[in-house]
Amino acid sequence: METLLSLTIGLLIAAAVYLMLARNVLRFLFGMLLLSNAVNLLIFTAGRLTFGVPSFVPEGAKLPPEDAANALPQALVLTAIVIGFGLFAFALVLVFRAYTSLGTLESAKMRVAEPEEEKA
Amino acid sequence: MRAPRPAAPLTPAVRSGPAPTATPTQRAEETAIATDPKSDRRNGIAGWAPVLLSATLFAWFCTFLPAVAEGEVLLWQLDWVPSLSVSLSFLVDGLSLTFLLLISGIGTLVMLYSDSYLRGDPQYARFALYLTSFMLSMLGLVAADNLIALFVFWELTTITSYLLIGFHNDEADSRRSALQALLVTGTGALAMMAGMILMGVAAGTFEISEIVAQGDVLREHPWYLAIMILILAGAFTKSAQVPFHFWLPNAMAAPTPVSAFLHSATMVKGGVYLLARLHPALSGTEVWLWTLTIAGAATAVFASLQAMRQTDMKQVLAYTTLMALGTLTLFLASGSAYAITAFVVFLVTHSFYKASLFLMAGCVDHGTGTRDLRVLGGLARAMPLTALAAAIAALSMAGLPPFIGFIAKELGYGGSIEAASSPLLVTGAALIANALMFTVAAVVALNPFWRRGGETPSKPHEADWQMLAGPLILAALGLAAGIFPHVLEHYAAAPIAQSLLGDAEKAKELHLWAGVNTPFLLSLATFALGLVLYFARGALRRALESTVGRLPDLDARWDDVIDGLKGFAAWQTRLLQTGKLRRYLVVIFATYAGVMAVTLAMKAAVVVELDFSDLILKQWMVVGLIVTGAAIVTVTRSRLAAIAALGTVGIGVALTFIVYSAPDVAITQLLIETLNVVLVSVALLRMPLLDPAGTHDHRPKDAVLALAVGGVVATLLLCVLAVPMDMRLTQFFEEASYPDAHGRNIVNVILVDFRAIDTFGEITVVVIAALSAYALLRTTGRRDRA
Amino acid sequence: MKSLILRVATRYLAALLLIFSLYLLLRGHNEPGGGFIGGLVGATAFVLHAIACGTAEARAALRVQPQTIAVTGLAVALVAGLVPAFSGDAFLTGEWLFLFAEDGGKGIPLSTPLMFDTGVYLVVLGAILTLVLAMEEEI
Repeated sequence: METLLSLTIGLLIAAAVYLMLARNVLRFLFGMLLLSNAVNLLIFTAGRLTFGVPSFVPEGAKLPPEDAANALPQALVLTAIVIGFGLFAFALVLVFRAYTSLGTLESAKMRVAEPEEEKA
Repeated sequence: MRAPRPAAPLTPAVRSGPAPTATPTQRAEETAIATDPKSDRRNGIAGWAPVLLSATLFAWFCTFLPAVAEGEVLLWQLDWVPSLSVSLSFLVDGLSLTFLLLISGIGTLVMLYSDSYLRGDPQYARFALYLTSFMLSMLGLVAADNLIALFVFWELTTITSYLLIGFHNDEADSRRSALQALLVTGTGALAMMAGMILMGVAAGTFEISEIVAQGDVLREHPWYLAIMILILAGAFTKSAQVPFHFWLPNAMAAPTPVSAFLHSATMVKGGVYLLARLHPALSGTEVWLWTLTIAGAATAVFASLQAMRQTDMKQVLAYTTLMALGTLTLFLASGSAYAITAFVVFLVTHSFYKASLFLMAGCVDHGTGTRDLRVLGGLARAMPLTALAAAIAALSMAGLPPFIGFIAKELGYGGSIEAASSPLLVTGAALIANALMFTVAAVVALNPFWRRGGETPSKPHEADWQMLAGPLILAALGLAAGIFPHVLEHYAAAPIAQSLLGDAEKAKELHLWAGVNTPFLLSLATFALGLVLYFARGALRRALESTVGRLPDLDARWDDVIDGLKGFAAWQTRLLQTGKLRRYLVVIFATYAGVMAVTLAMKAAVVVELDFSDLILKQWMVVGLIVTGAAIVTVTRSRLAAIAALGTVGIGVALTFIVYSAPDVAITQLLIETLNVVLVSVALLRMPLLDPAGTHDHRPKDAVLALAVGGVVATLLLCVLAVPMDMRLTQFFEEASYPDAHGRNIVNVILVDFRAIDTFGEITVVVIAALSAYALLRTTGRRDRA
Repeated sequence: MKSLILRVATRYLAALLLIFSLYLLLRGHNEPGGGFIGGLVGATAFVLHAIACGTAEARAALRVQPQTIAVTGLAVALVAGLVPAFSGDAFLTGEWLFLFAEDGGKGIPLSTPLMFDTGVYLVVLGAILTLVLAMEEEI
């Protein structure tokens, strides 16, 4: 399963990169969402996959079962999901504001700070 | 207020003309204040508090005199950053105390002077703050016994000097000069810091008192040359040795009390102080001897010739200061008793007469409205006390008996005829420089008062007592020290000889009359030559104009360097910061894919097996969900389809977490996915998913790059999975989770206990993201609606 | 949305969700749950309320500004980290107090990790509501 997931993650990342390179910033946002999902999966998979044995210490024992899942990447991914949401929400608001005040969703046309003609 | 956008950012605002003869600071910057109707407004606490502070410090330092004269060394220590062996340790020995007294003593007089000189300046409090900060930094610099602490104080003096030179920050000249001083001395200081770190590592300690005790180790050390060059870079830029001299004359843009205090009596001597302080550790080698000899001699001769060309009083004095700094460096080249004694005496002498002359120049400027030597004349009648101070100081500068300047000159000659490098060269340089000093002293301090005629912009009037106290007292001290030289010998020369040579007895005795010997004959020659030069000064000036005046002008090159730097910055900004999101991303992704591909290719020792045999239907379905969702979101033109597809990917990821034993993560992912859909639905449906014609789903180049990045990541992950997993950390968490942290949910225990500080950082980020988004919505939202 | 059934049902559902979120928070140390998940469920309760009855009503039900909740949560987490200082331990060390503990059992465990997790709960709840409510209102 690790092999299949690795390839899936590769595909997800490719889709994310393709979307982020689009000229419409909404697609950039979609790409960002896919990218954060892909990276979360990547961390999770890199910590090895375990089928059906969550990382809990059973009642009456002092240690989790011998073959329990790796808890560390799970903790990393859990916070990453929440932070990813915060980042996405902020980016979404930013894009929305840019759209309402600039009237465009094309990143190349959002040039208030560095107007094109000043390039020389 | 926002700074206006510069129309042509690459051209300097103002270029000063050919600097040595030009008069960038000649215009009396203070006349505006002198004629200011508010100028009789008192400065209040900002006026007298600094005077009180520096006088108190001076008195305190005086109490150290008896002990230090006995050869004692006073030490205070306070740990600062012990892990980096940085401590705030202060050491007071003969060398430090001499500097401490000069700084606080002259500081007191300068503060008193400034209060009157800048009376009514609305910015006086700022000025007093800078000046006081400078004084405290300088005191710290000369008392610090730790290299790093010394460096910090050193840079503090650089910064305060910058602020003071640029005090009239509405004038382009001031700003340029201030920045130039900052950059030249700051660059040198960075080199010096590197040298200090090398030195500390080589010596195994950063305490200066311990470093100087192992000079032999350092001189033998393979890093010796590097250390010496780097430290000299700092010292020479600070003390304005040729070829780093050009910032000092420009620094005269500062108000005159600043020039007197920083750029003559104290700060510029910081470099010389460092050379003296580290003298026991670094001196005694051929390379030290010759470097200092050549730099010192070149500076002294060059500066005294330049001084002859100037017509602005302050510029003349600036160049004579350069000459003095060169001479001091020259003395420190060798370690002979004569040279060290001469160093001490000349150091003190110069501080007395030069500070006095600068303050005098300020009085003249204040009283007449100009500092142009071609205009000034006949002021003795209107400004008798200023004239008196100028005369006494000038006689000391000229090196006439019975002034201390005479003794200093005699000692200097004594040192130069037995110089270890080349007595002929050193004596010759000293003779030329001293003769020119004689001439310049007459030109700058006697002519304006005693020669006939002179039309000044405003009617000359005498300065008040506050402004006269400084020049008079300092000039008088020069005379007193000449008459009672043994006081100076006992309290300064002998203790400094103790610091530098390890033996107070080595200090040469100071005598006004030491009999007819070679130094005396050289003095007579100096006076004769000086007189000849004085009467031939017109011809000399013309000769200099055609020789020295044609030397490459480093000050003008400075602007080229700065322009070049700005041009380079603009060029690389244009190149790298195009402002195009797509281009940034392409660079980032391409770099990532390229670098990773090369790394993987070089380390591809692991054989990756593609093994799908263990898969059951459920797993294929989950992956199918994710891939389908990603595919749809990539190609769709419909917003609803995109939202649904994104949700599908999220659910697929959540299912993966459930299947592979991560219930907590799965729940989180599901909840976040729900909220995502809510947010996206709210926002997305108000924005169009339109693309510029022909740019959607037909971007083959982007697709290639995207597949390359994806492929690299997949390969990387497969490589990671092919090597054994290091489970030590997980194992530790598993073993400690219940017995130590009392929790059965190991993921949660990691989050709130083992790695709680990470979690704390993360929730902080979440709060900041939420508040920023909120602010963005609220503030711009209102404006848009309004 | 003006559906009466939805509005009435939502009220009960939201209350249930809120209680459930607290339950998730408290049991999080030993079973699936914890501050992040609890906070998310709690936020969902209010988001649901806001969708059904409008943001004004949701804000009224919340009583406190969501930003305040988020920042309070951060403060709670910070204080939880500072408590160990009283016993000379490092920042964020877990300190435990077992109330009514009988031999072998752990009684009612009160701890700084629980306090910290409560901080996380409040941060997640507050931050997400700050975002969602503001977006519902402004966009």
